[in-house]
Amino acid sequence: MTSAFQIHAADNVATLLGDAEDRVSLRGEAAGDVALLRPIALGHKVAVADIAAGAAVVKFGIPIGTASTAIARGDWVHLHNCTSGFDERSGDFDVITGAGKDMRYD
Amino acid sequence: MTEPFDRSWTGWLRPDGRKGVRNLVLVIYTVQCAAHVAHAIAAGEDDVQVIGFPGCYDNQYAIRLVLSLARHPNVGAVLSVGLGCEYTQPARIAEAVEKSGRPTDAFFIQDVGGTRSSTEKGKAIVRGLRDRIHRETPRVPMGFADLILGAECGGSDGTSGLVGNPAVGRLFDRVVDAGGSAICEEIVEMIGLRDIILARAADDRARGELEAAYAKAERYCREVRQYSVSPGNFAGGLTTIEEKSMGAFAKSGSRPLQGVIKVGETPPWPGMWVMDSVPDDHFMQFGYTNPNDTEGIMDLISGGSQIVLFITGRGSVIGSPVSPLIKVTGNSRTFARMHEDMDFDAGPVLAGEMTLDQCADELGAMVADVAAGTPSKPEALGHREYFVMYKHQDTPDLDRGCRSVA
Repeated sequence: MTSAFQIHAADNVATLLGDAEDRVSLRGEAAGDVALLRPIALGHKVAVADIAAGAAVVKFGIPIGTASTAIARGDWVHLHNCTSGFDERSGDFDVITGAGKDMRYD
Repeated sequence: MTEPFDRSWTGWLRPDGRKGVRNLVLVIYTVQCAAHVAHAIAAGEDDVQVIGFPGCYDNQYAIRLVLSLARHPNVGAVLSVGLGCEYTQPARIAEAVEKSGRPTDAFFIQDVGGTRSSTEKGKAIVRGLRDRIHRETPRVPMGFADLILGAECGGSDGTSGLVGNPAVGRLFDRVVDAGGSAICEEIVEMIGLRDIILARAADDRARGELEAAYAKAERYCREVRQYSVSPGNFAGGLTTIEEKSMGAFAKSGSRPLQGVIKVGETPPWPGMWVMDSVPDDHFMQFGYTNPNDTEGIMDLISGGSQIVLFITGRGSVIGSPVSPLIKVTGNSRTFARMHEDMDFDAGPVLAGEMTLDQCADELGAMVADVAAGTPSKPEALGHREYFVMYKHQDTPDLDRGCRSVA
């Protein structure tokens, strides 16, 4: 089974060490399995706890952003549901490619 | 101490006492109009490399950066080539280089003739300079205590903060323990980490320097509305600048931060240093903080780094002049796909096949090999990307110029 690494005991996300379809086993500062709500790719994050809208997304033991919607355990945590506390463009990036959607090319 | 960090090799001694791991002739052009001739001079010549400044108007920051590369421990001699119209003066560069005890020369293309005649003249000069530094530069024993290493990350992904950057951080701990130095820049990739950075300060002075540099970087990012996080980072799983920052900062290891140096400054004493490459407050803000990876690498080399580690997750195909670049990835998939450009795979740590300490030892052995003369992959591939841009740092009189008021 693909592993997901939880860096800090206070983290509510873990980073995938490979691509996973439906389940990951936790390593690092956590153990056990997490059932995925959808496939998640290598290097991306899975929620290891339910995160309320407006609550901090925690990785490395620090807030790396704020949940823009409620996030359930097992869900993919990324651009569609987590925004930066600094970067104004955060929240306006394509969730797959990461390309900005706020620039005109015409 | 672990064995790799006791290794020694033979380096080149410069008149200021610093030691280089290469013995290069650097061709410097002083305006974009002279770029073609400068590259034609260096083409096909071993140990001859090119940097240049594209602007016709001069800039104190750029001149300081160029001079720090001209007087770098890996550089033995310098030829400066200008067109003849520009503000930046090749003869003044040669004068400064000569004072550093290095053989040097300079000319304007307009004085010599055209492209062919200037190229021929330049080739004759660089061959003469190269013969001379090969013959005359003293060879000396060198070890990790004589090294300054730089670290830059680019094309980061979710593996970078987990293993690529921590592996380099562990290497830097070893190098610092061996009496050497290391530099990180990219303060714009420390956004969100103020308290964590300040907790690493060696003393109150260092804490003050770090606090000021952090505040300036955060203010600058807010003003230009640009944070150092890109579509490739997002696609690789990083969601915010805060997340990327925490991964990027891991490459500074765990030893106390001695303080902040600016571009073109060498660490005044050994240890782990942070370089401030962010523009100072100035009415003329020259664009973004770190326009690309190459600029950051140039900054680290300007601080005296004889070798730079480049940590990537997504992959990269750049190199650098003056100091060899060693490419490290924590993503074994990227390493396999781009093995022709990647020097080191830290991915086995993620797979649980290697500890971070073993990884740092292996990386240290590779650094020693490259220091001893083995070309890194970007070096062997001929990558010599450089980038010198306008910026303001420590400009003497901010009010001087078109904004000056009576």
